[in-house]
Amino acid sequence: MSATNERIPPTQTNIDSQTHLRGESLYLDDIPILTGTLFGACLGSPVAHGHIRSIDISAAEAVPGVIKVFTAKDIAGENEIGGIIQDEPLLADHEVHFCGMPVAFVVAETWDIARYAMKQIITDIEEHEPVTCPRKAKELGMLIHPPRTHRLGNVDEAFENCHYIFEGQADSNGQEHLYIETQGAYAVPQENGQIRIYSSTQGPTAVQKAVSKVLGVPQHSIEIDVTRLGGGFGGKEDQANTWAALCAMAAHHLQVPVKYALHRLDDMAMTGKRHPYSSDFKIGLSEDLKILAYEVTFYQNSGASADLSPAVLERTLFHCNNTYYIPNVRATAYPCKTHLPPNTAFRGFGGPQGMFVIESAIMFVAEKLGVDATDIQYRNLIQTGQPFAYRQLVDSDAQNCWHAAANAFNIGQIKKDIAVFNEQNEHYKKGMAIMPICFGISFTNTMMNNARALVHIYSDGSVNISTGAVEMGQGVNTKIMQVAAVTLGIHPRKIKILSTNTYRVANTSPSAASATADLNGKAAQIACTALLNRLKEVAAQQLNTTELDHICFKNGLVYLDDAETALTWEAVVMTAFVQRVALTENGHYATPKIHYDKATEQGHPFAYHVFGTSITEVTVDCIRGIYDIDSVKIVHDFGESMNTGIDMGQIEGGLVQGIGWMTLEEVVYDAKGKLRSNALSTYKVPDVYSVPGTITILPLETDKDNMAILKSKAVGEPPLMYGIGSYFAIRNAIKAFNPNAKIALDAPMTPEKTLMALYS
Amino acid sequence: MIQFIINNKPVNTGHNPNTPLLEFIRYNLNLKGTKTGCNEGDCGACTVLIGELQNGGNIKYQSQTSCLTPLGNVHGKHVVTVEGISPAKSPQQLQNRPLSPVQEAMCNNYATQCGFCTPGFVMSMTGHCLSEQSNTSANLKVAIDGNICRCTGYHSIMRACKELEARFPEKTAFGSPVEFAVENNIVPEYFKNIPGEIVALHGALKTLDLQGQRVGGGTDIYVQKHDTVKRISLDFAGLQNIPAIEISNGKVVMSSATTVTHLREHEGFSRLFPSFIKHSKLVSSTQIRNMATIAGNFINASPIGDFTAFFLALNATVIFDSDRRVALNKLYLGYKKLDKSAEERIAAIEFPLPSSHSFFNFEKVSKRQHLDIASANSACLMVVEDMVITDICISAGGVGPTPMVLNKTCAFLKDKALTDAVIDEALVITQSEIAPISDARGTEQYKRLLINQLIKAHFIEYRKR
Ligand SMILES: Cc1cc2nc3c(=O)[nH]c(=O)nc-3n(C[C@H](O)[C@H](O)[C@H](O)COP(=O)(O)OP(=O)(O)OC[C@H]3O[C@@H](n4cnc5c(N)ncnc54)[C@H](O)[C@@H]3O)c2cc1C
Ligand code: FES
Ligand code: FES
Repeated sequence: MSATNERIPPTQTNIDSQTHLRGESLYLDDIPILTGTLFGACLGSPVAHGHIRSIDISAAEAVPGVIKVFTAKDIAGENEIGGIIQDEPLLADHEVHFCGMPVAFVVAETWDIARYAMKQIITDIEEHEPVTCPRKAKELGMLIHPPRTHRLGNVDEAFENCHYIFEGQADSNGQEHLYIETQGAYAVPQENGQIRIYSSTQGPTAVQKAVSKVLGVPQHSIEIDVTRLGGGFGGKEDQANTWAALCAMAAHHLQVPVKYALHRLDDMAMTGKRHPYSSDFKIGLSEDLKILAYEVTFYQNSGASADLSPAVLERTLFHCNNTYYIPNVRATAYPCKTHLPPNTAFRGFGGPQGMFVIESAIMFVAEKLGVDATDIQYRNLIQTGQPFAYRQLVDSDAQNCWHAAANAFNIGQIKKDIAVFNEQNEHYKKGMAIMPICFGISFTNTMMNNARALVHIYSDGSVNISTGAVEMGQGVNTKIMQVAAVTLGIHPRKIKILSTNTYRVANTSPSAASATADLNGKAAQIACTALLNRLKEVAAQQLNTTELDHICFKNGLVYLDDAETALTWEAVVMTAFVQRVALTENGHYATPKIHYDKATEQGHPFAYHVFGTSITEVTVDCIRGIYDIDSVKIVHDFGESMNTGIDMGQIEGGLVQGIGWMTLEEVVYDAKGKLRSNALSTYKVPDVYSVPGTITILPLETDKDNMAILKSKAVGEPPLMYGIGSYFAIRNAIKAFNPNAKIALDAPMTPEKTLMALYS
Repeated sequence: MIQFIINNKPVNTGHNPNTPLLEFIRYNLNLKGTKTGCNEGDCGACTVLIGELQNGGNIKYQSQTSCLTPLGNVHGKHVVTVEGISPAKSPQQLQNRPLSPVQEAMCNNYATQCGFCTPGFVMSMTGHCLSEQSNTSANLKVAIDGNICRCTGYHSIMRACKELEARFPEKTAFGSPVEFAVENNIVPEYFKNIPGEIVALHGALKTLDLQGQRVGGGTDIYVQKHDTVKRISLDFAGLQNIPAIEISNGKVVMSSATTVTHLREHEGFSRLFPSFIKHSKLVSSTQIRNMATIAGNFINASPIGDFTAFFLALNATVIFDSDRRVALNKLYLGYKKLDKSAEERIAAIEFPLPSSHSFFNFEKVSKRQHLDIASANSACLMVVEDMVITDICISAGGVGPTPMVLNKTCAFLKDKALTDAVIDEALVITQSEIAPISDARGTEQYKRLLINQLIKAHFIEYRKR
């Protein structure tokens, strides 16, 4: 029997809980400071677009306590930190492309001297007109790369046979990550030109590569170490590179440790956010409301450089159908280069933006035809064996989730109750919306779907595990520990999950795409299984058997044919050590079966899909134009959750973040490209009062096999998209008050837009 | 010399009193459990408890954001960080560290994910346990209304609150909230000794004796200025400046040290304004309300100052230390321009006792309903007799360069029958008296519509009363 088939009790709380709660967990700014450490502050460009005539650093360098002010000319290696496309300088040289673009880096004895001196730098920049609108950028030919198109069937022909055809526009705004821990890095020079960097990053390897390039030093000299993040949400996938590279540059040059933990205002002004999208859709339906043809053009506001925009754009295309089967699709996406901070990964990674447009199109049709949008949604849910435009045939649970939700929550009754309430109330109106979701799991860049785990068993039987996974609250370390404990048959107490370190695990993919636990968990499982097999051989010798299959490790004891033996884990490990058996293993996992051809835009990019259906109910106060999210009820496809506490937490947190994106959170740039919503006082994320009154989450009952770690499907990103339901529920409530309300399909639905619509 | 007690250790420091407490705690005292999230009072990651000696010899604790708390304001007080409430652990306890009941409830309910907000929540919840508030999950929710968590979506945290509600007996069974907390291991034993230590400290305490701009709670002065604030001259009110609310002789008088929380907890004031808890819940958060003075709100002169709007409708008067009296509606000369010299300080605020059959209402709409700055706000005090408005004062904020009283609207409404037609006519006049501009809080068009709606809301609330 194999221990891995055993179910893990799904009640393991996050292994960091106790230190979190006692305030003992270490984050970047908590790392003890070495004597002689200097502190940095980065000056961002005051204008969005222009030519640098001069940067006068003399006044800043004259401030007592300032050691040096670095500008582009001080960079020893390449002034380049771009990941996918090499188009992003570390420090502006000649040109500035966005407000907040790093221009100079002050290093001083204290952080407040550095910040004070930073304000004494005088920049002389010849200002040019900035472009902030993606459609305008496209007109001007300002693209990050040529557009990409996904195609299925023949759209033009199909439209000719449609009974109904509608065209419209749908826009969704950006979203600030607002991880509560800001970005930062701490670089400490080591002997022989090596450097150790503590970084608050989701992508240690990305940081390592960027630093290697900027310093002109090979990757093997650069050690990136990450204990944990105080939140990431995608914002630290690629955009932690800048601060690490700045600190590394200064530390390398001065040969002293240099630290920079960003001030919140600088973090918000200098980093990119979720991509805003403006989109045009044309949708064609049969008389019985089957969607026959869908044409959509996405204008992605990529910001000033590529960053992760090409990959985000790709996922928008992958998810442009959401969870519907549409036989004829033409979806085109333009990555539009604007003078805004480079927009970047954010939970959902372009998927939510694509899904918002198809949901908008369905709502648009429903309103025009006077039918219930849920009718159109239901009739078009994808079925097993049907393809998306990228040709992967889907193993669908779309109907199952919908039916389970309809039954468990009685959608019919909800609709009736709302109608009665609206009949009886003049000043308050309720609305509901259903949001079915489908999200593909894997990096869409097939190459990235691999991971490694380094497992050491020490001679006393204690175990250390290093992987490429970065813990940022999602509980990945807890899950990896569970995998190891079950595989090795020992108590979790025996296992420590170490920091993520590029010296221990190399060439890692970032912790992103919801796939971190799948990839790194499987790598750990592979390593642990290999170690276990060696230990079984040792145990077999001692038990005088050759049947390895009859041996099992459980609860720290060795079992033979399901009977407890006198052998303990510790004893077997010690014997193995004495017999010179290797007690270290490196597990490597690469997701099988997946492939994708960008030339034809066809393939099988995802290991599996995650499905779910949510029902959102809201009440709008029609006097004041404010609203409450009353409830969200969800049936979610967990596969077989290995940790329901952690997974439920991901759903609640993701849902609320999605609701924030659709309701309160409004990123505002002025016409000059300067961020107006630049602080927590002007950018509002959900607080304890703005969350749904109740959240109910039921798991989809399923015994299907899947490719997730221990069949426990990825859960990080999918639930964010349940939040989209809040936008449409508020819209429906407004329509109940004012059936003639004119409401652009333009998220977020802020109180301002709500009040204006109520009285339009 | 600033002297105070942090957790169970005395501190004596010649450090710049303008330094934000958060910075001092993290980088001078090396207590890293208190986190920096925003540095402007808006996230609660830096929440600590501040205990102040009361007349009866008890210590009264409240939560505050340490990023906005000047070091000078904790002189003579007890400062408590997460390190100071966590149960002692032995060096051998590598795993399974002991947790307080608050921490345990959070742990049991998976209420910590990345953990960065967590010490702040723990402190706010512990602060609630140390307060006079009864032990309900609804009150606990209010206690965490200044804490932002970006990971959990709050439901797990609210489940922890429910667990705490179920777990503890009522506080009234104990001599004091501190006794309740010590007996239930919510805070360590040493809390019992703090009153004695603070009394001893006060015996030898020197006033700070500084010159400069008066700081109340610091919740305006310190916002977005924590790096420059060390370079200006500030003066702290000190322990002599005692909050006091007196209701007698047909008027209400509040000392300048009165905070929003003092008003919320004052029995007489609550009787006068039964909805004050509800109304003030719309203003900032528990931590900020614990620090923010009404005087600071007036002098800040923000066009959307909520308490300015509130007290404008009550026809309040400001009494300076020079004994000069200025009606609040005459204090504002233009955008952030006051009828006040740089030296003048508010000594007290006074307003006439509203007649017993008057109706009062306060309205505020912001992007986020709580802990957000208003797009527009309005307060209304009126007397309606036989469906005729015999007296009315309506204030409005966010619709001009200063908070204002809608004089023309009120003049029109006085002695009119309270009908929808009359209200509609009045709103036309309102539109002529206001001058909103488009900004981060909304477009001009929106604010014009919104203020009408808020005024309508006063009458809707009146009819609902
Ligand atoms: C997160 C956050 C949320 C907030 N939300 C709101 C809100 O919803 N609504 C709102 O109206 N405000 C809000 N504020 C602003 C602020 O809290 C209030 O204006 C508060 O009342 C200010 O009081 P204070 O004692 O903290 O002022 P301080 O910062 O101490 O002082 C403010 C000004 O008043 C002067 N001052 C203080 N006391 C005196 C005195 N006795 N005599 C003369 N001058 C004096 C100071 O010199 C300074 O100019 C918020 C602030 C923060 C940080
Ligand atoms: S750091 Fe955010 S409230 Fe103090
Ligand atoms: S747990 Fe991450 S911010 Fe609350």
